[in-house]
Order: sequence, then C-alpha cells, then structure tokens
Amino acid sequence: MSDDARGEDLSGDDRSDGDRSSQDDMEDDDVSSGFRRSRKGQVAMSLSPQEARVIRHVLGEMLELLGPSESPDQDPLAAAVDIGTTTVVPDDSALARLFPDGYTDDPDASADFRRYTEPGLREAKRSAARTALATLGEPGGKRVLTTEESEAWLRALNDTRLVLGERLGITEDWDELVAGLSDGDPRLALFWVYDRLTYLQETLVRALW
Amino acid sequence: MSVAPVEIDEPEIDEVVVPDKPWVTIVWNDPVNLMSYVAFVLQKHFGYSKEKATALMLDVHQRGKAVVSNGTREEMERDVEAMHGYGLWATMQHDT
Repeated sequence: MSDDARGEDLSGDDRSDGDRSSQDDMEDDDVSSGFRRSRKGQVAMSLSPQEARVIRHVLGEMLELLGPSESPDQDPLAAAVDIGTTTVVPDDSALARLFPDGYTDDPDASADFRRYTEPGLREAKRSAARTALATLGEPGGKRVLTTEESEAWLRALNDTRLVLGERLGITEDWDELVAGLSDGDPRLALFWVYDRLTYLQETLVRALW
Repeated sequence: MSVAPVEIDEPEIDEVVVPDKPWVTIVWNDPVNLMSYVAFVLQKHFGYSKEKATALMLDVHQRGKAVVSNGTREEMERDVEAMHGYGLWATMQHDT
C-alpha cells in the first residue's frame, strides 16, 4: 500500500518548507490545489490549468483502455442482462489489475465470476471517468462537487493510478526507482503525473473522511 | 465412568474479523492503493468503525492480506465485486 506522506514529491523536498517555485514549472504553486471540504460540508475541487489538462488527457486514455460500452462480439441477450462472454484475465496487465480474478484458487469459479461482474465493473469505471471529465470544468476554476461526483472522482483517480502504476512498475519504494532514472528518461514525466494524482487523491480522501 | 477432568484446548483468537461462516473475502496488499483510501473503502462498504477499518487496513499493509468479511458465497461475491469496483485487490475463498 502507499502512504502519501512519503510520496508527495519526486524531489524528496518537504512540502512544508514553502519553497516549491523552482521545483516544477508545470505547477503554479497554488497551495489550495486539490480537494477540500467546504464550510457547508461539501467537497470543493480546485485544479490548476495544467493539472486539469493532464487529468483530461489521462482520463481520456483511461476510457480508451476500458474500451467501448458494447463489444461487437457480445451475445446481445447476455449483454441485455449485463453478462459478458469474457472468462479469462485480460492480456493487458493494467486491465488485469483493474479486473482481477475473484477467487483465490479456483480458476473455473473465477471465470464464471468474471462473466457476471466484468461488464458491470467496466461500465462503472467508464462512468466514473466520464463524470470526472464532465466536472473538470473551467481550467483553474473552483467547483463544488455533489456526493456522487466526488465518489466518481475518487474511483477515477484510483483507477488511473492503478493503470499508471502498472505501466510504471510502481513498487512501495518507487522513489528509489525514480532515483535510478536518467534525466532524459521519458518515464520521469509519468512518475510526476502519478505522484500528482496520488496527492490529489489523498486530499480527496481527507475531504470525504 | 471416568472422573478424570476434561481438558479443552481453547484456540487463541487474534484476528480482527473472526470467520464463523464458510466463505471469506480477502484484501491483498498492493503498492498503489493509498492507506487512507483502503481504510475509507472498508468503512464505507462494510460499515465498520473508523478504528476497525483502520486496523484491517494496517493488517493488509503489514501482513500482506487480511480477511475483511465472511458470509455466504453469494455475499462474498458481492463484497469482492464491490472491492474490485473500488480498485482494491480482493479475492474470495472457502474458509478452511
């Protein structure tokens, strides 16, 4: 599991030292960026224009990964009652992480479980990503979220981190992984995005809990 | 009739959730899910207290897995599906 107290900054700087301006040009140093609970008990979202752009992009990729709502080779009758035809773990490791086996040690039962649950789970994940996209709103603008919207954000941020984490081979000591990368490594940008999404999700959990 | 005292070995119980039904849902540790998020999900879905949800989360984190619920097979399928919906890595199995 990840403890965000450790993973906030790739540079390892302490957030509380108040000097983040030289750290990353992509960030506008808005200390209120993220989610917080408003005085009325609602969840207020505030994202920098750069964050909004990056999140729009990764949520779009997420929807692409999850695929269209209706698969052409799906049995129409089964589709009508939300039963899929897929019984095997997805080839793509990120999809396999989003839709793991349901049984610890029973492949047959897992295949059945997948048939009955994966279509609905896929649709729920698509729906969460779409809701988050729809509420991104004006770049840099603040927005108060409904309970449903904040729950969708929570799931969408988590799903996106699971996919990125799988792509990057995230471990519990991933900061060591980053330390070993050369300056020109394209994965550095993805680690930055992962780190930022982690921070945003942490602020959202705190706002809700 | 024997009057010898009967010795009963009481098993030691140290699990947070004591499975007394035949199926269990297990949540496994993974490097991505936030500790705060996992505890939040356990409280929200199962209705556990913040303390119990946090204790279970720490069990997952420190021991690699924890039994988070138990019940009938159908109940556990619903729990596992809900955990997958939240992005937690969960499986169910027959309790042995």
